[in-house]
Amino acid sequence: MHARADTAASWPEEIFSILQRFEVRQVPYVPDAGHSELIERVLGSSSMRGIALTTEEEGVALLAGAWAGGQRGVLLMQSSGVGNCINMLSLVQIFRLPFLTLVTMRGEWGEFNPWQVPMGSNTQGTLELAGIKVLRASRPDEVREVVEAGAAQAYNACTPTAVLLSQRLIGAKVFTK
Amino acid sequence: MSKANLLDRRAVVSELLRDRKGAFAIGGLGASTYDIAAAGDHDRNFYLWGGMGGAVMIGLGLALAQPTLPVVVITGDGEMLMGMGSLATVALQQPKNLSIIVLDNEAYGETGGQASHTGGAADLVGVAKACGIADSRAISTMAEVEAFASSLQDVTAGPRFASAKIDGANLERVLSSRDGTYIVNRIRGSIGHTPI
Repeated sequence: MHARADTAASWPEEIFSILQRFEVRQVPYVPDAGHSELIERVLGSSSMRGIALTTEEEGVALLAGAWAGGQRGVLLMQSSGVGNCINMLSLVQIFRLPFLTLVTMRGEWGEFNPWQVPMGSNTQGTLELAGIKVLRASRPDEVREVVEAGAAQAYNACTPTAVLLSQRLIGAKVFTK
Repeated sequence: MSKANLLDRRAVVSELLRDRKGAFAIGGLGASTYDIAAAGDHDRNFYLWGGMGGAVMIGLGLALAQPTLPVVVITGDGEMLMGMGSLATVALQQPKNLSIIVLDNEAYGETGGQASHTGGAADLVGVAKACGIADSRAISTMAEVEAFASSLQDVTAGPRFASAKIDGANLERVLSSRDGTYIVNRIRGSIGHTPI
């Protein structure tokens, strides 16, 4: 269960519309609570294909193949998954991919589980070291413009981009006995 | 080291690509990329010089994007072992036009021939089958290679997986382009996509 921030509009729905507008076709994901609404929306969509992965780096390679075949994609993952991608992210530079990933954050803002903190603290730095531009959305009312800017620079300018969706936005995971 | 009754890797790959028609061919990091280059450069060759473990997933992304064209991933046992979960991902998507063949010499040829898990207990055909790729077969003759080569043209019956035990001899490297952007843009160009 997540204690969600009070939102009037549904930001996952806004993300879905942006992905539709940019003609995204392949949506690899690793199941994740923060992305659950968006994943459901993608799986119910006729124009996008949700592709469940066993590990996040599969998604980087998948998007390279998708691009070679003429389709755009977006990788949905959690901050812990970014660490799994490091070597495969070399493909993003090597192929000059229009790479976009949306990363839900753990290990910050009210985290309960110390095991999430090391990777969560290093997510942005890891992505930047891999040559990925990092944008962040922390409030529901800024998700739309941040994701739109990220998609535009990734797909139009071939500038690999990660959008971090803050734990403050998603809500810290609540652990109860 | 050469052993009798094992297939020659270059003969296998050249047979797979001999009458490829519109097929895309994706090599794994290392010798399988040299084998694809040795069979002849082609606009739809996707050579990998890195990203170990990613060959099958690149094939899946391409196969889903171009469902009417055959896509064949030709990789080695070491590369396949690193991306074994991708077989489960492929099985979930059931891309009808994707074929995967592992050239299995039971060794890491690129790094000095250290033994791989397939020389011990690991059975990649069993793994692929258990992941849900129903058409998973072991290949040990050139006749079976020929049959696999013609089946990969059938884009309504995949995904399919094969593992061919090959001779472990180190062959001369045939070097392809290492410029990834060129390789990918050339593939995109071959299906009518202009550069951005």
